[in-house]
Amino acid sequence: MLHFIDWPALTGGLLIGASAVFLMATLGRIAGISGVLTEALKPGSDWWRYAFLLGLPLGALIALATMGIGGTERTGFPLPVLALSGVLVGLGTRIGSGCTSGHGVCGLGRLSKRGLVATLTFMATGIITVWVTRHLLGVL
Amino acid sequence: MKRILCGLLCGTVFGLGLAISGMNEPLNVIGFLDFAGDWNPKLAFVMGGAVAVTLVGYALLKKMEKPLCADSFCEPPSKIIDRNLVGGAALFGIGWGIGGYCPGPAISGLALQPNETVTFVIAMCVGLLLGGLVKKD
Repeated sequence: MLHFIDWPALTGGLLIGASAVFLMATLGRIAGISGVLTEALKPGSDWWRYAFLLGLPLGALIALATMGIGGTERTGFPLPVLALSGVLVGLGTRIGSGCTSGHGVCGLGRLSKRGLVATLTFMATGIITVWVTRHLLGVL
Repeated sequence: MKRILCGLLCGTVFGLGLAISGMNEPLNVIGFLDFAGDWNPKLAFVMGGAVAVTLVGYALLKKMEKPLCADSFCEPPSKIIDRNLVGGAALFGIGWGIGGYCPGPAISGLALQPNETVTFVIAMCVGLLLGGLVKKD
């Protein structure tokens, strides 16, 4: 039974959850990345948001330096398509007030109906999109 | 100063968690969304582990009157399920499925795979600003 468990993925998830709980315990805030970034893009935003956003790549660097995780690029993915996906992610998370972290990790943890509806929605359109790109069109 | 350190610590642990769990690799994300192909369960373990902690943690925090370094717990303003929520989440899912990046791994990935993530993060900021024009709050 235990060998079905992806321990690194589970460990990473526990750390993400711990970060979200700590942010709520200290600053009283939801650890939603799109929300933090949205506020940080407005002038005069609180400094903790910039520190949080700086911490994200810092944490990744620590994983790279201590465990050799990451550091390889996917190759051959067309950058204009990637840019389009970035615009859609920005637009969608702004209009929908959250992303995988805000609606998923935090929203589900707060038993928020909005979080659940948003999570089911983006999972569903994500699954349909991958089906279209990978299996129907056979690209990407 | 304390607030900035809390922000930095939370961001760092979050970024570390994303990297350890393999979420910086867009193919792990697309593999999770690929139900018709060779399904990759990583994201389910990440989400399951994270939500297990937030479920218990947030419930325990209800006993606190206020956060340690702020005046009050911040409640998201809206409680209703409306067109913005569903339509926005739908658009986000499409972008997520195309590129395999959501905001967290894209930003933390700036340190690991800059070629893709610089493009993605700039485009995402453009989308966020455009979204702010579409949706007034």
